[in-house]
Amino acid sequence: MDLFNLTAHELTAKIKNKEVTSKEVTENVFKRIEAVEPKVKAYVTLLKDKALAQAAEVDAKIAAGKEAGLLAGIPIAIKDNMNIKGTKCTCSSKILNNFISPYNATIIDLLSAEGAVFTGKTNMDEFAMGSSTETSFFGKTFNPWNLQAIPGGSSGGSAATMAADEAIMALGSDTGGSIRQPASCCGIVGLKPTYGRVSRFGLVAFASSLDQIGPLTKDVTDAALLMNVIAKYDPKDSTSANILAPDYLKSLQNNVKGMKIGIPKEYFVEGMDKEVEKSVREAIKLLEKLGAQIIEISLPNTEYCLAVYYILAPSEASANLARYDGVKYGYRTPDANDLLEQYEKTRGEGFGPEVKRRIMLGTYALSSGYYDAYYLKAQKVRTMIKNDFEEAFKKVDVIITPTAPSAAFKIGEKMDDPMQMYLSDIFTISVNLAGIPAMSLPCGFTSQKMPIGLQVMAKHFNEEAIFRAAYTYEQNTNWHKEKPRL
Amino acid sequence: MKITKKEVEYVARLARLALSEAEKEKMTAQLDSILQYMDKLNSLDTKNVEPTSHVLPLNNVWREDKVQPSLSREEMLANAPEQAEGFYKVKKVIE
Repeated sequence: MDLFNLTAHELTAKIKNKEVTSKEVTENVFKRIEAVEPKVKAYVTLLKDKALAQAAEVDAKIAAGKEAGLLAGIPIAIKDNMNIKGTKCTCSSKILNNFISPYNATIIDLLSAEGAVFTGKTNMDEFAMGSSTETSFFGKTFNPWNLQAIPGGSSGGSAATMAADEAIMALGSDTGGSIRQPASCCGIVGLKPTYGRVSRFGLVAFASSLDQIGPLTKDVTDAALLMNVIAKYDPKDSTSANILAPDYLKSLQNNVKGMKIGIPKEYFVEGMDKEVEKSVREAIKLLEKLGAQIIEISLPNTEYCLAVYYILAPSEASANLARYDGVKYGYRTPDANDLLEQYEKTRGEGFGPEVKRRIMLGTYALSSGYYDAYYLKAQKVRTMIKNDFEEAFKKVDVIITPTAPSAAFKIGEKMDDPMQMYLSDIFTISVNLAGIPAMSLPCGFTSQKMPIGLQVMAKHFNEEAIFRAAYTYEQNTNWHKEKPRL
Repeated sequence: MKITKKEVEYVARLARLALSEAEKEKMTAQLDSILQYMDKLNSLDTKNVEPTSHVLPLNNVWREDKVQPSLSREEMLANAPEQAEGFYKVKKVIE
């Protein structure tokens, strides 16, 4: 029997009832990985031996009648910017290609405590900068729905593992859409939690005021299950919110009666793919039919989000990435005469083109003489964007938009035009700037059979409203049950 | 032009980033088009708007100054490109 194509909530029941062992599940997932990974290339590092050892531990606990945890025996793929002790953590960059994590990220400890099994580390855009997973030092990941298309990014490897059934659940990180846009491209569920909801201790920093870890899963229930494990206050992360998280499984009600859903007119503009617009409009109609109240709203500063993001994120990145200097860890140039040359060549040789571009952009925006015009200006416009959402959420419970302006594009299509690539994130970036939570879930396919994503946003710490709307939509559609042929 | 090749060279030095001639040319053109796009922010009046550096109302987060377990010297040095006598080894800093 195949087990790799099941969800975590289906498998945890089977493992606890001793219908299957954790070892069988893990072996079955690795059998699947060995079969499809040559085509998909979702992983940077596979952890088969460790995973089987973790699975054996879970089985021993269950056999002894001990409590084995909420995710006992569930194989989970981890984006390669989160530290697992004793394992490579590369951020898909040459500069960290030999880095071995000396400690666990907090989320890794939380998952381990609940019996999770780690399949491996997934490919990503270098340092999470990108929307296509094409900038990885280790090569591209391919979209399981069409191997000529990008899987989205930057968590493209994690999203591809879900579409290709190369793990049961996955974790990604989202700075400007890096969980939701690949989830949309791969036809799966991806949630960016509220800023501060999930600890980032042990996540390699990209843009600290925007980064957030979150689940990529095969359905909405699994996203809630994973959130129940990872949404915890962490004293090791000073931006972690000391607010008790609810039981998200309780928000999974198939009922949107009386729920107010806002549709921002600024997200339905010229240039959006017609098939995407049609699918999203139909999803909204379905929710209305199921009893939700649809309200047209306005987020007037939407058109400035991209400019604000591409000032703030590179500025923060240029500071965060200053640590890669070839002194304490990572790549060091073999060929330098003095320390300054060692820094410059190490960084020049160790970073790829997109990372260099963002470091340059950020250094420029923060440099003397330009700080007020770019960085400070962007921070002020960020306030206006945040206020737009605060106003909107006085009137509605959730906001629905497309996740991305088009389905997954072809590999190579946008690599030479950074501005075109940046526009892939046009519907996801505002959420990070405002710090609110948002989910992408499948809402249809294009005529080329490429998945389309629906984005559901809510106010700070109201993931429950997202779960309710998303679960209702999912239970009344079959998109999440479709699988690519590999 | 929003940015010149000379400015690109200056910023690259600030960022401690060695760029080839070809990279400098390409970077100049690409940064120029990105910075032109940023100009759209200038149409907004932000005179009375406070900047947002952080979305949550978190202030300084303090903890007790307690000694806790930390990584050993060996663990810290395990990833070092070069080490000697328990230290990180770099090029000579002082002339």
